[in-house]
This record gives sequence, C-alpha cells and structure tokens, in this order.
Amino acid sequence: MADEQIDDIPADDSDIKRMSFEQAMASLERIVTDLERGDVPLDRSIRIYERGEKLKNHCDRLLSAAEDKVEKIKLNRAGKPVGVEPLDPE
Amino acid sequence: MSLLDNDPPSNVAEFTVSEISISLKRTVEDAFGHVRVRGEVSGYRGPHSSGHAYFALKDDKARIDAVIWRGSFSNLAFKPQEGLEIIATGRLTTYPGSSKYQIVIEDIKPAGAGALMALLDERRRKLEAEGLFAPERKKRLPFLPRVIGVVTSPTGAVIRDIRHRITDRFPVHVLVWPVKVQGEGSGDAVARAITGFNAFEPDGPIPRPDVLIVARGGGSLEDLWGFNDEAVVRAAADSDIPLISAVGHETDWTLIDHVADRRAPTPTGAAEIAVPVRAELLADVAAFHARQGNAISRRLDHDRRQVVQTARALPSPDMLLALPRRRLDDAASGLGSQFLLVVSESRQTFGGVAARLSLSTLEGAIREKRGSLRHAALEAEQAMAGRLSRQRQLFQRITANLQPIGLKARSEAARLKLDTVSERFDRARTRLTEDRRERLRQTWRVASGLGPKRVLERGYTIIRGEGDVPITDPALLPPGTAFAVEFAGNNRIGALASGEAAPGSTRPAAPRKRKKATPPEAERAQGSLFDG
Repeated sequence: MADEQIDDIPADDSDIKRMSFEQAMASLERIVTDLERGDVPLDRSIRIYERGEKLKNHCDRLLSAAEDKVEKIKLNRAGKPVGVEPLDPE
Repeated sequence: MSLLDNDPPSNVAEFTVSEISISLKRTVEDAFGHVRVRGEVSGYRGPHSSGHAYFALKDDKARIDAVIWRGSFSNLAFKPQEGLEIIATGRLTTYPGSSKYQIVIEDIKPAGAGALMALLDERRRKLEAEGLFAPERKKRLPFLPRVIGVVTSPTGAVIRDIRHRITDRFPVHVLVWPVKVQGEGSGDAVARAITGFNAFEPDGPIPRPDVLIVARGGGSLEDLWGFNDEAVVRAAADSDIPLISAVGHETDWTLIDHVADRRAPTPTGAAEIAVPVRAELLADVAAFHARQGNAISRRLDHDRRQVVQTARALPSPDMLLALPRRRLDDAASGLGSQFLLVVSESRQTFGGVAARLSLSTLEGAIREKRGSLRHAALEAEQAMAGRLSRQRQLFQRITANLQPIGLKARSEAARLKLDTVSERFDRARTRLTEDRRERLRQTWRVASGLGPKRVLERGYTIIRGEGDVPITDPALLPPGTAFAVEFAGNNRIGALASGEAAPGSTRPAAPRKRKKATPPEAERAQGSLFDG
C-alpha cells in the first residue's frame, strides 16, 4: 500500500512546481501519514521526507506569491477596457 | 457676509427649509387626505422591530414609499406580500427631514398577481427550459485564485465589503469592472463586464481573473431588476470563468443567482467563498510540516533504539539452537499423532472401499455364480442324459443278444450238480460229527476218573489248612494247629494236630489216623476260627 504511493513519486520532484495548492497539500498529507504510520522502509522514509520538505515550500510559495492590490478597469467611451488604475480608496 | 448683503433685493417671499417643508406637507395632506392607490408591493420584508411596516408601492414607471403603522398593521385582514399587487387605502404625507413623501396605508386589499413578478417568472421558466440553470453546468471554483474579477459599482459599500473581506482572508489581486447596478441599462453593463473579463488573454496586459464576483447590495425587486436581464443570464452562462453571484440580500432571488456557479447570500459572503483564509492554510502547512518532522525523528529514534536493542539481544549459540531443537522435539512428538493420522486416513480409504462392497454387490456376484452354476447343471444334466441314453442303447443291444433258453439250460445243469455236491457234503458232515462226539466221551471218562471228587468217593480225604489251602506236607501242621478234613460230598470236620509230629511224616494218612470226633460246636468254632 505504502509502496504504491511512494512508487508514483517522480525521481526528481520536478512535478511539484506544477502542482496546485490542493494537490501539493494532498501529497504532503499522504507523506505525513505514511511517515507517521512508520511502516515505510528507512531509505524511502528519508526520500519522502525530502519530498515533503519541497511540497511544504511549494505550498508556502503559493500562499505568499499572491499580489495584494485592488485595481479598477479603465473603460473607453465604447465600454472597452483600455487599462487599469488604482481603485480610489474610500 | 458682505457677499449676502450685496445680493440684489427680491420681492419673492423667503422661506426657511422647515417652513416650506411644512407648507408642502400641509398641502399634500390636504389634497390627498384619503386616497386609494393600486400598485405592487415592493421591498416588503415584514414589520420592523418597532411593529411598523415599511415598503413601497410601484407600477412599471413609478414608485411611492409606503408605511403601515403598528396600530393599523395589527388590524389588517390581509397582510402585504412582496410582489403582490394591491389596492391600498390611506393618506399621503411628507417627511420634511429628508424631502420625501409617502403613503400611510390604513388598509390593503389584494389586486391580483404582480405584473413584474409574473414577467420574471415567465423569463425564469424559459431560461430554465434551455438548461441554463442545470446543476451539471456548474463549474468548480478555484481553491486559490490569484486574480478576482468583481463586477459591481466602484463606489459604495459592496466593493468595500468585498475588498475588506478578501484582504482579511487572503490578499489577492482584485480587478473591479465598474458598472451601473441599478436602473436603465444596468443589465447590459453587467453582461458586457462578464463577457469582457472572459475576453482577457491569460498573458495579456490585464491579468485574466480566476473567478468572478457579480455583486450588488440589497434592494427592491425593481432595484435588482438589471440582474434579471436575459443578457446578464446568458453572459453568465457563457462565462468560462467560474462566477459567484451576490445580488441583494439572501431572500432576494434574481435570475443571475440561478445561473451562477455559486450563489453568495451577500457580497461579503461572496468574498468568503472566493478565497480561503490564508492564515489557516499557512497553519495547515506548518502543522503538516511539524508532523512530518516529528514522524521522521520518531522513526529515526525508533530505528536507533532497535539497533541498540538488537545488538544487546544478539543470541548465544544455545539460543540459536533452541528453536531448531524445539522444532525437532515437536516433530518427534508429532510422529505418533502423524501415525494415527495415517491410520485414520487408511481407515477412511478402507471405509470407502468397504462401502463399495455392498450387499447388492455380493448379491450381484452370487447371482452371477448361481447363473453359471445353473448353466453348468443344465449342461451336466444334458451330458448325463446323453450318456444314459447311450448306455441304455448299449444295454438294449446287449439284452437283445441274451437268449433266455440257453440260460435256462445252463441253470438246470448247475442245479443238478449242486444237489449232488450238497448230498455228499451232508454225509461227510454227519460222519465227522459222530467221530468227534465219541472222542469227546472217551476223553471225558478218563478225565472224570482223575477228578478230586471221584478220588474222595474212593475213600480219600483232603487236608485243608488255613485259607482252605490243601496241605500236602505234615511239616505245615505243627502240634496244636487247627485244620479241616474234607470228605466226599464236601463234608468237612475240624481237627487239631497233636503230639510231636515227625519232621518228615507228611503223608496225608497221618491226620486221618489221629482224627477224633469233635462236637459240632467245636467244628463250628473251628470253622469260625478259620473263617476269621
């Protein structure tokens, strides 16, 4: 069971970059569960632990990368968007 | 001050705001002190906590605020309902504080279904029939949107509430498409905004939103009418970007609510649906991270302890041998039971075979044997009969050759010969018998002369000693010895030997000479002596 989950891990963890937050969290949770169950061989434990670290960093990155700004679409007379401007703070 | 003083003089009467407001109020109340107004109930949400009810009456071009005071409200036979067309009886009054006028309703009567509601209902059914509201059309919202497009008025409480709530939860890039959210043309504007956001290129100068919020604050059915616009509904249905509707309050349903992927009860609610709480997610990630660290530490600690314990528990040679030894013992002790097992298996096999040896099998075999026996008997019988008949034929052949006449002649001759022979035999036998009888008589004559009895008859006696034994030697009869003298005819007398007997005188005559008669008593006594 545990082996199947580990075996689907790519060798270089390059898939993590493309993961959504939910996917990364699900992978991280699975790794944590496997590690806590303690029935994974030691070398694999270390391997998935490293992967877990990368997943955690990816999640942190996704949570911090969001842009914090509020803008208003500028429309021309025909109602077409021509750009953005800051929304007037009220 | 100087500016006011310099105003040109005027003869127009000068009112204060209060004066003109009160004047207006009086005029209105005088003119419309008792009216009946037909219209649709709009913006009705039940009586206020004060017990008064505030709403509006409207038709398709105009509306008038309405109020029912608590006292009148409790007396109503028919309570107002949203969208219901009614005929209200009451009076008009103004509210000087805010330049408003209203109708104070004392009684209402229903006047048929509201025209707007009927129109809305008809449109909803038509769009629903096209499948625009089908659940399977609903798109899943992104979990972590990076850009949120909001279609609403750029001013007012709605965008402010959304902004604040998003910032509180998860600050992201918010793009506001400003629209008119009420009145003529608002529907078209909202539809164009939805379509416009969808037209953005993912890598264009303006980022394409991951999710859209179409929002407007609470209002009457008429206020929200733009969001029932068919163009809005179709634009929302065509949107590739998932869309959250947040129009009016929770009790207000507009058609965009039906077509949206999610409906939020309020603009704030829409912000909550659109973004998760970043702090919670960070905490979740941190929690997983901590658990992972703890798990790997525990694992390593555990393994380390295992190594130590295993090293400590390295077994002695004796212990290494213990298990095989025990297995050997087990196996040895199992031999007996194994044997029993084999026996029981064999017994079962035997049972199987024995079961096949049924009575019917035996009977079958017997039947078969009996059949062959019968067959053999039949054959034997036939063979016997064959032989018999052959023998009979032979016999008949032989008997046919037997001549009875010849046989008779031979028999006669034999009988003659036999008669002669038997005569001679008889004669010979008689002669032989006579001869033998004569010889017997002669022999017997000699023999009887020699018998002791005949001797006694001639005067001799026999001396018999003890035990009737004949005594032939006088030495056997010392003086004083009792003896018996036997005469002819078995007559006896007892006697005693007397004197001194000469050792050589054994002649039987001597006792006879000295014999003297003895009384019968004595004889008897002597006899008894001898008998004893």
